Amino acid sequence: MFLGLAIILGCQLVGEVLVRATGAPIPGPVVGMVLFFVWLSIRKPKKDAGEVQMADTLVRYLPIMFVPTTVGVVVYGGVVAEHWLPAIVGGFGTWLVTLVLVGWIAQGLRPRRPRRGEH
Amino acid sequence: MHLAETWAWVSASPLFALFLTIACYAAGEWVWERAGRNPLLTPLLTGSALICALVVVLGIDYDTYLYGANVLTFLLGPATVALALPLWRQASVVAESAPMVLGAVLGGAIFSILSGYWAVVLLGGPQELGWAVAPKSATTPIAMALAEQLGAVGSVAVIFVMIAGLSGAVFGTWILDAVGVHDPRARGLAFGVASHGIGTARAFQEGTTQGAFSGLAMGLTGLAISLLVTPLIPH
Repeated sequence: MFLGLAIILGCQLVGEVLVRATGAPIPGPVVGMVLFFVWLSIRKPKKDAGEVQMADTLVRYLPIMFVPTTVGVVVYGGVVAEHWLPAIVGGFGTWLVTLVLVGWIAQGLRPRRPRRGEH
Repeated sequence: MHLAETWAWVSASPLFALFLTIACYAAGEWVWERAGRNPLLTPLLTGSALICALVVVLGIDYDTYLYGANVLTFLLGPATVALALPLWRQASVVAESAPMVLGAVLGGAIFSILSGYWAVVLLGGPQELGWAVAPKSATTPIAMALAEQLGAVGSVAVIFVMIAGLSGAVFGTWILDAVGVHDPRARGLAFGVASHGIGTARAFQEGTTQGAFSGLAMGLTGLAISLLVTPLIPH
């Protein structure tokens, strides 16, 4: 379990270091995700391996990790309320169109061959 | 009795901030389970609202709360790395869907940046607000860094990241049903591109395929927005 955690933190650390050393405008954890993917592809760990259990646990607890930032938003709400119309259209309106647009693009580009186990 | 001193310690202690966060989230989850997992009552929303109310009622300083609960925010880094696992499990499915993934991510990232910025500016909002809105489909740490790079206040950018994320968690399932997006891969991509990590957490509640595609889309969208926001937005 702890070796698994060390592997995941190690991937993030290497990612953060690479980003800073190269000056690439990419977040460290995203590079870490790529590195962890490469690790999994090479090692092909079984279901009870430490890094698999640890990664499953982290993904399961993902929603609660957003709570503090969501609470912090209240502090700056007033700044945005001053310009409520552009804020609502720019924030919610364009989010809505993005969601629908991506759904349609993705569904339009999906592989045509029917797959087993799907309707 | 040292009631005043004890309360001063409690209200400033990271232990209390962490307890408050976990307890309120647990309460939100309890309500959510009993309401038949209604997306409107997603625990992230109800739990956070409960904490906001308690923080005001108990007179706790926001910065003190955020400092105490910071350990949870810190875990977002390792959790992002861990998203490689569901992706790896679905690797063969993802590989044959490459055009779908790339089209969705690039189309969504470019549209999200341009529409967010120009909607604000054309409606008379200040340019700083446009800069804060532009990277909203990236995850919190990415969007904050990019907004500050453009010249906006990072914390204001977080508000729009949260609007994009929470809207996905609350309305995403209904909207995708309503516009006829039924393919689980396409649904995952829509969640991940438009609503980043919060959308991904919601996509996992719909199913593993949705979650894996959402996690992939979230990572790639963060990457695409990082690279595109500076060239696309006037500053």
